[in-house]
Amino acid sequence: MNLSSLKPWLQKPWLGPLVALIATYALFVALTPDTFARGINLVTMARQTAVVGVTAVGMTLVMVHGGIDLSVGSSVALTTVVIARALESGLGPGAAALAGVAVAVAAGVINGSLVNWLKITPFIVTLGTMSVLRGAAKGIADEQKVDADPQGLDAWMAVVPPERSFQLVPWGVWLLLFVAALAAALVNYTKLGRHIVATGSNVLTARLCGVPVPRVTVIVYGLGGLACGLAGLLEFATLTVGDPTDSIGLELEVIAAVVIGGGSLAGGQGSVVGTLLGAALLTVIKTGSTHVGLPNWVQEIATGVIIVVAMGVDRLRQRRQ
Amino acid sequence: MSRLVVAGVKKRFGATLALDGVELHAEAGEVHAVLGENGAGKSTLMKILAGALRLDSGRILLDARPFDVRGPIAARDAGVAMVYQEPLLCPHLSVEDNVLLGLEPVATGVFVDRREARRRTDAALALVEAPGESRRLEPTTLVGKLSPSERQLVALARALAQSECRVLILDEPTSSLPADDAERLFEVVGGLKRRGICILYISHFLEEVERIADRYTVLRDGQSVASGTMGDTTLDRLVELMAGRRVEQVFTRSERTPGEPIVRIEELAGERLPRSATLTLHRGEVLGIAGLLGSGRTELLRAVFGLDEVRSGKVRVGAFVGPASPARRLAEGVGMLSEDRKQEGLAESLSLTDNLTLSRLDGLGPFGVVLPRRAQAVTRSFIERLRIRCRDPEQPARDLSGGNQQKLALARLLYHDVDVYLLDEPTRGIDVASRADVYGVIDALAARGKAVLLVSSYLPELLGVCDRVAVMRRGRLGPVHAAGDVTEHGLLVEATGAAG
Repeated sequence: MNLSSLKPWLQKPWLGPLVALIATYALFVALTPDTFARGINLVTMARQTAVVGVTAVGMTLVMVHGGIDLSVGSSVALTTVVIARALESGLGPGAAALAGVAVAVAAGVINGSLVNWLKITPFIVTLGTMSVLRGAAKGIADEQKVDADPQGLDAWMAVVPPERSFQLVPWGVWLLLFVAALAAALVNYTKLGRHIVATGSNVLTARLCGVPVPRVTVIVYGLGGLACGLAGLLEFATLTVGDPTDSIGLELEVIAAVVIGGGSLAGGQGSVVGTLLGAALLTVIKTGSTHVGLPNWVQEIATGVIIVVAMGVDRLRQRRQ
Repeated sequence: MSRLVVAGVKKRFGATLALDGVELHAEAGEVHAVLGENGAGKSTLMKILAGALRLDSGRILLDARPFDVRGPIAARDAGVAMVYQEPLLCPHLSVEDNVLLGLEPVATGVFVDRREARRRTDAALALVEAPGESRRLEPTTLVGKLSPSERQLVALARALAQSECRVLILDEPTSSLPADDAERLFEVVGGLKRRGICILYISHFLEEVERIADRYTVLRDGQSVASGTMGDTTLDRLVELMAGRRVEQVFTRSERTPGEPIVRIEELAGERLPRSATLTLHRGEVLGIAGLLGSGRTELLRAVFGLDEVRSGKVRVGAFVGPASPARRLAEGVGMLSEDRKQEGLAESLSLTDNLTLSRLDGLGPFGVVLPRRAQAVTRSFIERLRIRCRDPEQPARDLSGGNQQKLALARLLYHDVDVYLLDEPTRGIDVASRADVYGVIDALAARGKAVLLVSSYLPELLGVCDRVAVMRRGRLGPVHAAGDVTEHGLLVEATGAAG
């Protein structure tokens, strides 16, 4: 194998986060070989990545399109509440899950429509809907946790029972991989995906080439909402209650995952694979710090430093090219 | 001794000699017109005077002292100020804040001395007030609320607010002004002249130059070819000096037979420009549109393509009438090449393949799926056909040279296979070889029965490749001439409004 055949791989946007992930993982394995390196820990970390990961896959589409969605945390919380209320009112688990996801999709479509018709920047629009959706969640939940029999929905995130060990990880983690694969295929191999990238890269060019920008915008935020809905379903499966104060600050973690994965706030750039690696990296840092015994505040500082350092390294790499 | 002496100034950009020994003498208290076609070197010279560029060789004397500055601030300190064609102002700040931006008088270390600031603003604004003018600019008004002509005056006041202004450069100050506002500007310029300021006046509108300029210098191909007193010359003579020798150029033009009409434009008016345009474009013809920068040519194409709002009038493509979106136009077989390759024509960070296939992603795989392999095959075929120099179809469009970028933008229309090509400055800023390739493509299109509407500032090109030509002047499209019936001189006269 010569150098020139390696070159396309060296230019992949997810190469940086992959190296960072392996290095961080290796570091924590070296520090706490007894606990961190165990297989069960991998499964635990995969479970912990599911909600952030699914949301971040949706956010990747939104950010590649040149937008941002600050309302994802509120949307996830609202979904858990809607599912809990639906179960409480006697709907079956399938119908309840569908209702929750549908509400999140509707919220996304509203975000996209507002961005279109009011011509307000996505940052401001979703800053508004972040508050609106949070308020709605609290209202529907009467400002407290909604207890409901999960009727099997909790199985999505439950520890895999021994008799189904072939499954390796809970269904929720498989859902994450499935959603990510679909999104990656959408971006790279479909007309809609090319339109999303082109709009984020240069909206004037997109218009010149006849891309229906408003329609693409609504679809992208709708898909972002769909991701929030699925993440909300997984969050409900984890909590087994509808919690209107859940996932506060999730948007920052999700945006961090996208950005670590090669996404740009300016649009046109981003990779679903990179985002997954970014989300995994955040989980590894969190879990690893716990294993090492670092207090919470040190973890937060470490996470912040790693985000900034990752971005700085990426900038240097791009400038060199 | 002259106020400003420019002697033997040269400036090179890469392979191009932008200025090749320019001489210019301008006196205090005169309006000195600097004339020349696009690309003659006027802007380069003015940028050197304004401190934005440094000369390679030659001398500039200001009041007999060597004038050698680094940066626009230093130039203004030395007494040379420039007002750009599109005034650079902060719309969210007041008139006063704009006039004094960067020069704010400071009291007790940190605070802006409001009283001194107001005094200086008033003094600067007084200089740009037309005599007998009743309405005046209020220092507290936000610049965003002003009309274009008022903004022009604020920019002028800003240029005059610093140290004593000795040379004032005005670059196309009236190009975006309606006639009565231009009149007001002339009075202001007259007032400044009487105060002993030397004004270098750049304008394409010759009748306006004739009115307010005392003397002139004509630039062509980076050299000063003539200068003299305005009263001793005629506009015809100036046009001749500007156009100069005919640049030899290989244009391809095969036998063409115009077919049925394909686009009919009737009394089309946009939000600002064009004001009125009527023309019929036939299959198998290349129709050229001449005109000065800012005359509304680009806006005409954008309105036809549905990129800009249409205020009134009709665009009829085939059987369909009325305004439309770019997507709709593309579906009808109308495609547009943007004059602004970098900002609009191409998504520079995306690959050649992405740029080329963006408007037509169908047919590259089943069910809206885009197979990269097929898209790349399409790109490769166009790279070969148009001789686009590149490494591979997946490299970003940003890496290409200007000429190759333009070919890529053109290739997108060819791949989309539209019937009507709206081409806005297709050869601007590209090398001669690429230029000849572009002409070849245009000719082949017309020969195949496609229709081409070509906007260009380069007159030899219009006469060389077009079958018919019309001139846009201040938003209005003139009559359509057969290309054989007009000369560069005639087009220039029509575009500048010099009485021919």
